[in-house]
Amino acid sequence: MAEPLLKVRNLKTYFISKHSQVKAVDGVDFEVQPGKVLGIVGESGSGKSMTSLSLMRLVPGPQGRIVEGEVTFEGTDLLKLTERQMSDVRGNRMGMIFQEPMTALNPVLKVGEQIGEVLIRHRKLSKAEAKKQSIGLLRSVGFPRAEQIVDEYPHQLSGGMRQRAMIAMAMACQPKLLIADEPTTALDVTIQAQVLDLMKSLKNKNGTAIILITHDLGVIAEMADDVVVMYGGQVVESATADAVFDDPLHPYTKALMESIPVIDQDRDRLASIPGTVPSAANFPSGCRFAPRCTLAQESCHQKMPELRELKPGHYVRCDLV
Amino acid sequence: MSALESELALKKTQGKSILEVRNVKKYFPIAGGVLRRTIGQVKAVDDVSFSLPEGETIGLVGESGCGKSTLGRLIMRINDPTAGSILMGGQDITRVKGRQLRKLRHDFQMVFQDPYSSLNPRMSVGSLIAEPLIVNKRGTRSDVNNEVVRLLEIVGLTPEARLRFPHEFSGGQRQRIAIARALALRPKLIVADEAVSALDVSIQAQVLNLLADLRKEFGLSYVFISHNLAVVKHVSDRVAVMYLGRLVELAPKRQLYSSPLHPYTQALLSAAPEPKRHVNRERIVLVGDVPSPAKPPSGCAFHTRCPKVMDVCRSERPALKEYAPGQFTACHLYA
Repeated sequence: MAEPLLKVRNLKTYFISKHSQVKAVDGVDFEVQPGKVLGIVGESGSGKSMTSLSLMRLVPGPQGRIVEGEVTFEGTDLLKLTERQMSDVRGNRMGMIFQEPMTALNPVLKVGEQIGEVLIRHRKLSKAEAKKQSIGLLRSVGFPRAEQIVDEYPHQLSGGMRQRAMIAMAMACQPKLLIADEPTTALDVTIQAQVLDLMKSLKNKNGTAIILITHDLGVIAEMADDVVVMYGGQVVESATADAVFDDPLHPYTKALMESIPVIDQDRDRLASIPGTVPSAANFPSGCRFAPRCTLAQESCHQKMPELRELKPGHYVRCDLV
Repeated sequence: MSALESELALKKTQGKSILEVRNVKKYFPIAGGVLRRTIGQVKAVDDVSFSLPEGETIGLVGESGCGKSTLGRLIMRINDPTAGSILMGGQDITRVKGRQLRKLRHDFQMVFQDPYSSLNPRMSVGSLIAEPLIVNKRGTRSDVNNEVVRLLEIVGLTPEARLRFPHEFSGGQRQRIAIARALALRPKLIVADEAVSALDVSIQAQVLNLLADLRKEFGLSYVFISHNLAVVKHVSDRVAVMYLGRLVELAPKRQLYSSPLHPYTQALLSAAPEPKRHVNRERIVLVGDVPSPAKPPSGCAFHTRCPKVMDVCRSERPALKEYAPGQFTACHLYA
């Protein structure tokens, strides 16, 4: 396999206050191959969004802190860069799109100005050149009236259009890696289909690798080449998408697959996972899924299992399989 | 046969219906100008009819702005319809007001999407669930307390939960509390508006299973509103698809999901990503956005995005008709 584009090793992001220590991300490892889509799936509180913010070094401070780990992107450890060097990477070699385009876009700036800003900052273009390129970018994400859209404000666009404008902004400098945090969660199904199609075609055209973060296994199945399943701030399973969907090994992954209603199948009763997602403020000792796991044994509650390679390229954090 | 007639015929074969919605419309005025005069209307629900047999679940699906939530609120009489009538157990409730309406409301209750905003944060769980019982004078204080404990057990919470406050519970548990509260007056019909949409997948399954159990145990009927096609298929007997305030297709779920007639239903189904690899499905990607319900397109409201559009679609509005047994659709393709 080629050298990975991004290598994350033992990443730990904690929120530390006087009285507590919240381990939002607790020792995460994964790799992103050039031009491939890595899907990170997990429920709320699993640490998937904090992981993506950590990669961009955008963890909300001062409580939030990356306490340990390595994030090697194109050979350099991003965690060792100065803030100034990091801002040369952000929006340039690494782009990010967020779930809620209305809050991520600046409401008092025209769409064109927001896209142009990236080009002026990183490519040192003049205002006029930036605007010209913005029109081209908007057209490439499927706006037929791109010349007008550059002069419109975010509130004049629909949800799907805003998300496409944000993709245009993230793609402005043709980044090697695009981090998409729940990019279609706020969108309707038919609009979601448009945005997913757009992301696929941009990936194929520019060879951009994508980290796709979502709770929707359907989106993951459709888009991802590789999958990381997160639970309680940790990776519990990681493998190729085919392996995760056809042969899930971790009890959590299995239960998750069985708990969602599927259109193609009639399920009389959904296999639900008892209990609730643990809070990062007080994780159970031992395996974090043990309190909800139907297979859990005495030892699961005592000792935290290691992430082990059970089959080539298929990692699982469970001592029972 | 008109849609309503065939609906009525269908109803006769299936026994008593708990809910009947007849040609219901809801137009919201748009105020504009300095004098805030009405300058237009949003046709949120535009001539919708269906009936729901006792013990059945009907799913309402559609994208945001299609009017599914407004329809739910009309059924609950939270909003009054502009035209048409709503019958609950054979009784016309469209014009009932005040005390009489409150009495009728015992029979139909609602569960909302967001259990963070639908529960009063300053009331304990016990008093939240007891409130409908006390307001309606259902027994003495100890009767009410026993009933609260019983309701908590039904929805899978411990009796101790009544002493705690909503913020101490997770989203799934809060939704259970909201369900217990809706069940307090032993309703016959529950309108669930995106009741599981805010929940994590593992929790969503718990609540869906709970709703299924309650239906069996108490013979409940549901109007289940959701944008999630897979969830709607799982819970419903029949499914109604809405687009811009109108029903575009209504059919038993198996038929609707295996052989959808309306091009919008087909597109919607093909767009829903399935959690499976190697599905070779021809995806229909619709162009453009849903038009504004304030300015719906002429003729068939879907014609601006329809891949099979014909000339007649631009000028004439198709009626909802039965084209396969039990399967109604509003589309000129089948006329």
